[in-house]
Amino acid sequence: MQTALSAQPDSFAFDAESEAAIAPILAKYPPGRQASAVLPLLDLAQRQMKRATGSAWVPRAAMDAVAARLAMPPIRVYEVATFYLMFNTRKVGTWHLQVCTTTPCWLRGSDEVTAACRRVTGITGWGETSADGLFTMTEVECVGGCVNAPIIQVNDDCYEDLDAESTVALLEALKRGAPPPMGSMKGRQGSAPEGGPTTLTTIAE
Amino acid sequence: MPKLTVDGIEVEVPPGSNVLQACEAAGFEIPRFCYHERLSVAGNCRMCLVEIEKAPPKPFASCAYPAAEGMVVHTDSAMVRNARRGVMEFLLINHPLDCPICDQGGECDLQDQAMGYGMDHSRYAENKRAVKDKNLGPLVKTVMTRCIHCTRCIRFATEIAGVPELGATARGENMEVGTYVEKALSSELSGNLIDICPVGALTSKPYAFTARPWELRKTDSIDVLDAVGAAIRIDARGAEVLRILPRVNEDVNEEWLGDKSRFAVDGLKRRRLDRPWVKRDGRLAAASWAEAFAAIAARLAGLAGERIGAVAGDLADAESLIALKDLMAALGSANLDCRQDGARLDASRRDFYTFNTGIAGIEEADALLIIGSNPRREAPVLNARIRKRWNGGHFPIAAIGPEADLTYPVSWLGEGPQALVGLQDGSHDFAAILRAAKRPMLILGQGALARPDGQAVLAACWRLAAGLGMLTEDWHGFNVLHTAAARVGALDLGFLPGPGGKGLAQMLDGGVDLLWLLGADEFDISRIGAETFVVYQGHHGDAGAARADVILPGAAYTEKSGTWVNTEGRAQRGFAATQPPGEAREDWRILRAFSDVVGRTLPYGDLAAVRSRLEAAHPVFGRTGVLPRFACTDHSGPPGDPAVLSEAPFVPAVANYYQTDPISRASATMADCAATFVHPVPAAPVPAAAE
Repeated sequence: MQTALSAQPDSFAFDAESEAAIAPILAKYPPGRQASAVLPLLDLAQRQMKRATGSAWVPRAAMDAVAARLAMPPIRVYEVATFYLMFNTRKVGTWHLQVCTTTPCWLRGSDEVTAACRRVTGITGWGETSADGLFTMTEVECVGGCVNAPIIQVNDDCYEDLDAESTVALLEALKRGAPPPMGSMKGRQGSAPEGGPTTLTTIAE
Repeated sequence: MPKLTVDGIEVEVPPGSNVLQACEAAGFEIPRFCYHERLSVAGNCRMCLVEIEKAPPKPFASCAYPAAEGMVVHTDSAMVRNARRGVMEFLLINHPLDCPICDQGGECDLQDQAMGYGMDHSRYAENKRAVKDKNLGPLVKTVMTRCIHCTRCIRFATEIAGVPELGATARGENMEVGTYVEKALSSELSGNLIDICPVGALTSKPYAFTARPWELRKTDSIDVLDAVGAAIRIDARGAEVLRILPRVNEDVNEEWLGDKSRFAVDGLKRRRLDRPWVKRDGRLAAASWAEAFAAIAARLAGLAGERIGAVAGDLADAESLIALKDLMAALGSANLDCRQDGARLDASRRDFYTFNTGIAGIEEADALLIIGSNPRREAPVLNARIRKRWNGGHFPIAAIGPEADLTYPVSWLGEGPQALVGLQDGSHDFAAILRAAKRPMLILGQGALARPDGQAVLAACWRLAAGLGMLTEDWHGFNVLHTAAARVGALDLGFLPGPGGKGLAQMLDGGVDLLWLLGADEFDISRIGAETFVVYQGHHGDAGAARADVILPGAAYTEKSGTWVNTEGRAQRGFAATQPPGEAREDWRILRAFSDVVGRTLPYGDLAAVRSRLEAAHPVFGRTGVLPRFACTDHSGPPGDPAVLSEAPFVPAVANYYQTDPISRASATMADCAATFVHPVPAAPVPAAAE
């Protein structure tokens, strides 16, 4: 699926911020077992790409850099990076819309949310990036917030309790570069019932 | 030793065995795709399911379940059969029904096992998964839609071949086996991927769409394109050798084979010498056998024995070597040589020139020193054995020579003989490691011997072996790794300058008037004196034939029953798979026929008689196939003056693995490989052949 290699940069080197984070990660593993750090290092690489280019993805050069740092064959890093959907092996938009369509979200109206996303961004298919480079839409399996379904994870943040209207509002805010605070878009607290608690409303004497 | 009951049969298996092995020990064949005896256990194909009593009521993957005391296993219960049928149905969901156009057809594990566990129809109407084919280089063809994700190829490349370049990328429905970034697989053992692939996903590119396995005539033989002597099976149809596959020989090649040995077969059909040629007025002209013999006899008339010389090539069988040696003796010549590369080998004692530890013995060693050799290129199958030992852990390896990737970590001690001195006087750390080891070994390559100070290197290495405890009453750690299949046999037969005889160097530049080349192409042919009359007896129009005054067409190794002695000193027999082309003949018969013409008839008329003569010449030819374990109590080494050790770095004997002999130089497949893997492409010496 994501094996197509699009516009790969020629080189990648960890910057100072990443380097500062690498040392404590490597220190967690005994000598000779540095390969265990492949996931955190790929994540660092992806975040560095986000900082540097505005697109959170892991180009091949970055995988090679991780492989070299951890003294493991590059193919072992490619395997890991392509296995986990959290790593983008090709360029994504500024806002990576990870729309959950698994059963609970679907029952609660993820179709409506998806349609709204398509309408606003102009994206027609999964995995595509909008013409303005702002959005990439990815279909994801459960992101673990079913109680507040349906959900979109935008980059690292989850926006919950969406419907068509609030999705459009969210995307417009993102277009303006002003993401709203993450969490329920209906204003509920955590996963508490809508409109406030229905049990344990008073503290027992 | 756990004792189990498998389908009512009690078996006892070694500790650490799995249930699948226990079932095999009891005589039941368990279907499998991902499990392979020589690879790590993956347990992902689920075909080897069995039922185990008093365990949770579910089928168990027998390859990944340890055998335990008192276990009761059923391999053919209703549950097992149903479970395997289910697995097979799942495997076939995405596997294309293209057996009629698949090269694996007829020797396909999936096809065979589908006969036992497959349904006669599919319940799936959906489209099958389509996967892009990968380009793994000139040898391995891929049809990735056929892949069932057993991961054997990934494990082989990572564990055995030591080139972790294959992997499974993405996941689930999208999982693909490949290199991710397109590249040719950089292994000399890549052909084995074709053998271990249980389906038709990885097949042979040069052999694609050539033949069906049931059309082939199979002949057991011995590989001669390196000095390991791997067991091979020659598959021929009619007069044509179509492919070569490895046979199992645990002592030598296990079940692997190097790419050159496997894929150079097309070289057997090109540039062949299929009739005698005689040079008339400066040009080679076709001739009859009688005319060719007469031309040689005419030149021989009145020639003193010391003006006649013979050089044996690297592919020669022992039968032709003894016949040529006897012929030369009959003609009064002691000018013999088999060391085309000029290796300063010492034949005064057999363990000075053989691989005494044995290839299987590598697994018992606990430290290794490689001197002037690149075993990955000189003997890839032997290198796989070193890697196997290294995989076992606690196996420090050091090497002297130019740095190279040997597929296992090596500490490089230096480039030339001076590093030997450091080991000898103990100033180098690795000397202590070798001394502390119980069974240390060293491998001495031809690159360290084929140089002016070769004799001193040989002597220094022997002293090193003796000084560092490599030579004991139950261990012989001194090993010479040869690159020529004929070399050890020729040394055993004493195909070396006799008393007062000349070596190759003295025979050149007009040192002899008649030079008989038995398939010898690997030395600088241009150094043969202009006046020297050259007889080339061999099978390919290579360098030697281009210079010849008379060409006698001989048989390639697939066309004659011959004996070869591998680098260990193991004599092995190969059998003829096809007839030599045209008027070409078995080499020892040519020599016997010629001896008749000059009235010095050799005293043997059939193969059995030649072999008795061989056995009389050296007892090793009387016990083919087997090899005793060597030990060494006599520490006195070969002579050699340590003072002449030069500082020149060692140059490994094989620079281009894919083109080392007349057969592989004639092979288009090997030329492809050389162009792909050996950069920059070396200007291979391809002289104008007499065709």
